[in-house]
Amino acid sequence: MSWWQRLSGRKQMEEQLDKEMRFHLDQHISELIAQGRNPQEAQREARLAIGGPEQVKENCRDARGTRWLEDLFQDVRFALRMLLKNPGFAAIALLTLALGSGATTVMFTVVDGVLLKPLPYPAPSRLVAMQEKTEQATRLGNLWAFAYPNYLDCKRASHSVEMAAWRETGGAIREPDRAEYVDSRQISADLFSVLQVPVEHGRAFTSDDDRRGAAPVMIISHEMWKRRFAESPSALGAQIVYAQESYTVVGILPAAFQLDGHSDVFTPLGQDPSPIMERRDRHPGLQVTGRLQPGVTLAQAQTELDLIARPLAKQYPDSNAGRTFIANSMRPDVGDVGSTLWLLLGAVTLVLLIACANVANLLLARAVSREREFAMRAALGARRGRLIRQCLTESAVLGISGGILGVFVAAVGIRPFVTFWPGNLPRAEEIQLDWRVLLFTLGISLLSGLFFGLAPALRIPSRNLEAVLRSGARSLTGRARRLLLVSAGILGRTLLRLASADPGLNIHNVLTARLNLPNSTLDTPARIRATWQDVLDHARRVPGVVSVATVDTIPMRDGNNQLQYSTTPPPAGATQLPMMLATSVSSDYLKVMDIPLLKGRFFDDHDRQGSENVAVIDDVLAKLAFGAQDPIGKQIWFPNTDTPYSSGSANPEAARVIGVVRHVQHWGPASDDQATVRAQFYYPFAQLADAYVRRWSDLMSVAVRTSTAPLALVDPLQKEIRGASGDRVFNQILTMEQIASDSLAQQHMLMLVFGIFAGLALLLACIGVYGVLAYLTSQRVSEIGVRMAVGATAGDVILLILRQSMGMIFAGVGVGIAGALVAGRLLEKFVAGVKSLEPGTFVLMIFVLVLAALFASYVPARRASRIDPMRALRQD
Amino acid sequence: MTVKSDLPQGTLDLLILKIVALGPVHGYAIAQRLQQVTRDVVQVPQGSLYPALHRLEYRGLLGADWKQTDTGREAKYYQLTKKGRGQLEAETADWRRLAEAIGLVLKLSEGGAR
Repeated sequence: MSWWQRLSGRKQMEEQLDKEMRFHLDQHISELIAQGRNPQEAQREARLAIGGPEQVKENCRDARGTRWLEDLFQDVRFALRMLLKNPGFAAIALLTLALGSGATTVMFTVVDGVLLKPLPYPAPSRLVAMQEKTEQATRLGNLWAFAYPNYLDCKRASHSVEMAAWRETGGAIREPDRAEYVDSRQISADLFSVLQVPVEHGRAFTSDDDRRGAAPVMIISHEMWKRRFAESPSALGAQIVYAQESYTVVGILPAAFQLDGHSDVFTPLGQDPSPIMERRDRHPGLQVTGRLQPGVTLAQAQTELDLIARPLAKQYPDSNAGRTFIANSMRPDVGDVGSTLWLLLGAVTLVLLIACANVANLLLARAVSREREFAMRAALGARRGRLIRQCLTESAVLGISGGILGVFVAAVGIRPFVTFWPGNLPRAEEIQLDWRVLLFTLGISLLSGLFFGLAPALRIPSRNLEAVLRSGARSLTGRARRLLLVSAGILGRTLLRLASADPGLNIHNVLTARLNLPNSTLDTPARIRATWQDVLDHARRVPGVVSVATVDTIPMRDGNNQLQYSTTPPPAGATQLPMMLATSVSSDYLKVMDIPLLKGRFFDDHDRQGSENVAVIDDVLAKLAFGAQDPIGKQIWFPNTDTPYSSGSANPEAARVIGVVRHVQHWGPASDDQATVRAQFYYPFAQLADAYVRRWSDLMSVAVRTSTAPLALVDPLQKEIRGASGDRVFNQILTMEQIASDSLAQQHMLMLVFGIFAGLALLLACIGVYGVLAYLTSQRVSEIGVRMAVGATAGDVILLILRQSMGMIFAGVGVGIAGALVAGRLLEKFVAGVKSLEPGTFVLMIFVLVLAALFASYVPARRASRIDPMRALRQD
Repeated sequence: MTVKSDLPQGTLDLLILKIVALGPVHGYAIAQRLQQVTRDVVQVPQGSLYPALHRLEYRGLLGADWKQTDTGREAKYYQLTKKGRGQLEAETADWRRLAEAIGLVLKLSEGGAR
């Protein structure tokens, strides 16, 4: 018989055991009677001989070896019965636990999906990410994206890693009447085979596709297939005009495929005709990944890469001297969202802790009414260990039931959470309630069940319950909830301060967008300049446009250009020069951004190539570079490798300062104060060196000040700007208001979530205070009765109870302050813009807390004041 | 009345296996037989008999069936399983070896051990 049969056949087993005992006794008795005893004496003797049938039965049950399981079964059934018998207690406890474990589950699901899950490819641990590494580090570090020829050599020579590469691009897809900008990737032919993701329909690229001059072919995303072709099979073989060239669609990717960020179009990397692809000293943003061949370790692959790099360094000393290749395990790229998520998971754990402490309090309060039950069990022979086990089983049942409800809470809460995440949550598609999450929730709910059950269970048998109850109520709960409240308060204050901070420009009514120019207009610097001038001229004509400018790096948006400068001609090879943020703009930029001009003038149409190099600086740079002197007319020098102007001479170049403007918070209000490079330097796009014009043009944005709602002008502007060929297309369309609020995204999110958590914690804390006080009051019913009988009024009684709760509350406030200080430090470290504790926040939060606790205590106090003295005195 | 001694540790199982080996038998009869064969020398508390039976059944050394007795009542009859027979042989051999060894020691004459 298996243990399961034994367990399920429990009732039958009991009957048989009983029958067996009876048979034994009857046999013995009848034999004794046969020997001549009278029946009563016989019965007594038989029972004595066996030593108590119940005791024997108990030993038999123990001998079966499934005893613990049967007990567990019994305890669980008993626990469920107890819960159903006390619906009020059960509802409060379950609600508390459901909220606590639900919130924790949501956070864990997000952390799991974004940070913990491996890459969504088969055997992800065999994938490596590869880079070039130089011996000397520059200010940008010593790791570089691959140069295309280096990648090709590496790939050819390596036997330990199967390599593939891709590169981010984008372009316009043209249709007869309109054009659409799409994000795209140029990929090497074997990318999908290295990732081991087969295309869903059609074929992947072959090495024949992956070279210059091959017929243009394209693989499209599943989403684009759905959008443009309604999932029709005729998409394969269709022609798409992309970046002014006609491509044949040869493959469609599976819907679940993810590379890095969003991309609709994939074209062969080897077909790219740009000269930069032939140069070893250029790094056109190539991402290289590889799959280790079977049996090869990462260390072996690294050794091989070192061997490959050595002859290349000899052969191409100009570009490759001191340059090696390195491989690291490939990890999902989630940016800096990790610290935020861990912070939130920590906060939500506090919520769970509060929930546990609350339920522990409720259990303690209930344990009193069960004192007699336990005394009875102990008197009947239950050992202390057995009783503790029963208590723990009960709380575990409570915990798991709460956990199951929590999963439902999480299932409802997870989508809104992801949706409300400001900006893009990386890997959002990986966030799902799956078995890992269920296992986690089961684990924490079981653990928390045991945790909050332990205190009441170990109390058996104990007398000083009240002391336990009071101290428990204030220490843990008090500390944790204050921590959350103060954190939420700090974040709230921070956000208010940052949102109202002046970023140094007028963010209202400004539209910004990148503009994709067709390749055909990009062949000479002169044509590029003319094209941008044409764009500006067209944009100005649109009604509602006040002024318009081009700019390479927009404040508070990702992307910046840092240059070294000096106030005197720097010696050749000078390093350690100070840095500044350089921005290339057209002449109306100040008007568009509404940046105040403090001194001198801004650029105009006379500042062009051939005229003197001019620059406008902000007050920060003016002070750093020239101190108290008047900066107008002074010169700013560049080391000769690092200048945006170029006359082609080998000497260091300078630009004359013609104006000073106010500082703009390029890094956003949260981080600008602490940024290492803040000084700003503006130079006219018209004077940008020819060598850079093409690259700058790829990065360039259009900024427009409007007299109406900026987003309403997108379509008219797009129509006007589109150009003769019809494919100058906007992308990344954002208002300055959006950019400013995105720069505070982390603060917004933390504030929102901490606010929710703190609200939850406050609610739980109130439930806790209420529960404990209701219990303590019920213990004092007869005392209150006496007081009222001798003349206390209802008001006196309310005061009496409130005084008791105030004692508890203020003791708790003291304990929590240390915790809150720690929380403040943590936030200061992880969240940009948070200042250490502001006393105002602190006092306010304590006030809120005390008020809430008082409110929670008022209900039991009022109930106490309505006690009928006569009835109270007759109790017991 | 003869002086009864306690059963040495672990021998109750062996005795039960041996008695059950003689044929299917119910608990009361096992108690009776234990008393008869040990000629009242060994005290078998009836209280420990049943837990031992259940333990042996749980370990798969004994099987059990409900059958009618001669008087027409239903009783639980135990019999030896194949595993139980193996266990009985092994334990019997062990016991013999132990008894022999102890016997040898006890046979030594005073001063005979050098």
